[in-house]
Amino acid sequence: MKYQPVAVGVAVLALVALPFVVTEPYYVNIASQILLYAVFALGLNILVGYGGLVSLGHAGLSGVAAYGVAYLLAAGYGHTVAIAGGLGAGLVVSAGFAALALRASGISFIMITLALGEIIWGLAYRWISITNGDNGITVNTRPAPFGLPLTSAVSFYNATLLVFLLAIAGCAVVVNSPFGAALAGTRDQPRRMTALGYHVWMIRFWAFMLSGLLSAVSGVLFVYYNQFISPQALALTASAEGLLMVISGGAATLLGPVVGAALVVIVKNVVSAYIARWNFMLGAIFVAIVVLMPEGLVPGTVRLARSGWRSARRNRAARPASAPAPIAEPKP
Amino acid sequence: MSALAVRNLCKSFGGLRVTTNVTLAVEPGERRLIIGPNGAGKTTLFNLITGEIAPDSGAVLLFDRDITRTATRKRAHLGMARTYQIITLFPRDTILHNATLALLGLSPLRWNAWLTLHRQHDVLKRAREALKRVGLDHMAERSLAETSYGEKRRVEIAMALAQEPRVLLLDEPFAGLSIDERRDVRELLKAIPRDVTVVMIEHDMDIALEFADRITLLHFGEVVVEGTRAEVVADPRTREVYLGE
Repeated sequence: MKYQPVAVGVAVLALVALPFVVTEPYYVNIASQILLYAVFALGLNILVGYGGLVSLGHAGLSGVAAYGVAYLLAAGYGHTVAIAGGLGAGLVVSAGFAALALRASGISFIMITLALGEIIWGLAYRWISITNGDNGITVNTRPAPFGLPLTSAVSFYNATLLVFLLAIAGCAVVVNSPFGAALAGTRDQPRRMTALGYHVWMIRFWAFMLSGLLSAVSGVLFVYYNQFISPQALALTASAEGLLMVISGGAATLLGPVVGAALVVIVKNVVSAYIARWNFMLGAIFVAIVVLMPEGLVPGTVRLARSGWRSARRNRAARPASAPAPIAEPKP
Repeated sequence: MSALAVRNLCKSFGGLRVTTNVTLAVEPGERRLIIGPNGAGKTTLFNLITGEIAPDSGAVLLFDRDITRTATRKRAHLGMARTYQIITLFPRDTILHNATLALLGLSPLRWNAWLTLHRQHDVLKRAREALKRVGLDHMAERSLAETSYGEKRRVEIAMALAQEPRVLLLDEPFAGLSIDERRDVRELLKAIPRDVTVVMIEHDMDIALEFADRITLLHFGEVVVEGTRAEVVADPRTREVYLGE
C-alpha cells in the first residue's frame, strides 16, 4: 500500500514518455487505440465487475455517441457541439437501455442488452438517411482544444491519455466510495441490500449511467481516431470484445480492463501482421488465461507473485537451520 | 398501540396456502417467539412482514402505520431489521465492511460516489461499536470467508443491531450453533435493550422459551395457539402439533 502512489506515478510518467521513446506513428496510434478501448473496458467493468451485470450491448452505447459526433459534424456543427451531442445521445440511450434491461438480472439481463445492442446496430445499418448505412460517415477533421490540433499521432495520443487518466481516476474514486461499496453489495447480496435499506434498482441504474458515460467517451475518441464510423463498430463482436477485455484482464479490478484492452488491441494489430489466422491466436490466448488464471491476468499475476514471494521467504527462513553459521561480518 | 401488527394476512403460492388469515399484535418491547413445525410458514410470515413477498390480502402495521404496500428498503428506514435463517452476508469482504454496509444502508452517505469509504471514520467507528456488542471487534479486519459459522451468525445479529431497529426480526438465530456458541448468542439477545421489540423464529425450545414473553404457534400457515409461555406449553394443541396424537 505504501508504494502505491509511487507505482501510479511511475506508470503515469511511462505513459507520458511513451511517444518520446516509441517515435514510430504506427505504434503511437496503437497505444492510442489501447487507451480508448481501455476507457470502454473500464466503463463496462463498472457494470460487469462491480455490479455483477454482464452487458453484451455496450458497443451500441459507444456507437450512438460516435454516430452522434459524426452526424453533427456532417450537419455542419462545430466540434464542441458535436462532442456534447454525442455524449448526450450516449447518455440518453444508456438511460433507455438501463430502464429496460434492469427489469432483470443474470442471463435475462445479458439477453436484453444483447437485443438492445442489436437494435442500435440495425438502426445504424438501415436508417440510411441519418447513418449513411453500410458506407458509414467520414469525419474530416479532428478538434483542436485550446488551439492545439490533434492531427498528429502524438497529439492525439496525448489527448487520449488525458481522457484515459481522468476515466481511470474517476473509476478509482467511485469504486472506493460508499456508492461503490453499495454497488458491490448489490452484486453479492441484492436481497440483503434491500433489507438493509438500499435502493438496489437505483444503485444499478446509476452504475449503468456511469458505465454508459465511459462507453460514450470511448465512442467519441473512436470516431475521432478513425475519422470514420460504420455499423461494424456497433456489432455484437465489438461488445463481446469489450467483455473479453474485462474478463481476461480481471473483472472488478481497476487495472484488469486496461491490461485486457492492451492484450486484445496488440493481438489484433501486431500479431495479425505475422499470423493470418490471428483470431485463432486471440482465442488460444483466452483459453490459456481461463485455464491458468481464471480470475484474469491482473489478479492472477498478483496471486502468483504473492505465492512466489511467500515461498521465497519460507526458503530464506528455512536456510539458517541447515546452512553453516554465517561468518560474522566485520563491523564498520 | 402495537409495535408490529399483522391483520388477516393471507398468501398462497399457486394452490398452496402458506399463510392463512394470520393476525398478530406484538407490543412495544415485547419478546415474541414464533414456533411451528417445518413448513408451518414461519419464514414466509417474516418475508411478508419485511415486504420481500407481497401478501394476497391483509395488512402489516408498524407502530400503527400501514406498511403493507411500503417497499422493503423503506421498511428498513422505518425501523425494521431482520436476520436470515440461511446466512446472507458479503463473503468477499471483511467483518468490518459487512457491519459498515449495514450502517450505510440507513445513511444518506450511501449515495456518495466521491468520498473514500475507508476514510469515513465516523461510520467505521460505529461499525466497530456494533461489532463490539457481539464480541467480534477484535477480529473486525478478518475476511468473512475466514470466520466460523457461529461468528457469521453474530455478524448477522451485529448488522441488524447496528441499524438500531425498533422492531427486530430474528429468523432462527441459533440454527447450526454449538452449545458454547448458543450460550454466547443467548447472552447477546438478552442484552438487547427493551426499547427494541423482538420477534424470533426458533426451534431450540430450551433457549427460546426462556427468552419469550409470548409465543405464537403456527401450523399449516395458521395461528393455532397464542399466549404466554405457560399457556402455550400447557395447551393440548401444542402437544398435538408437535407430537401428534
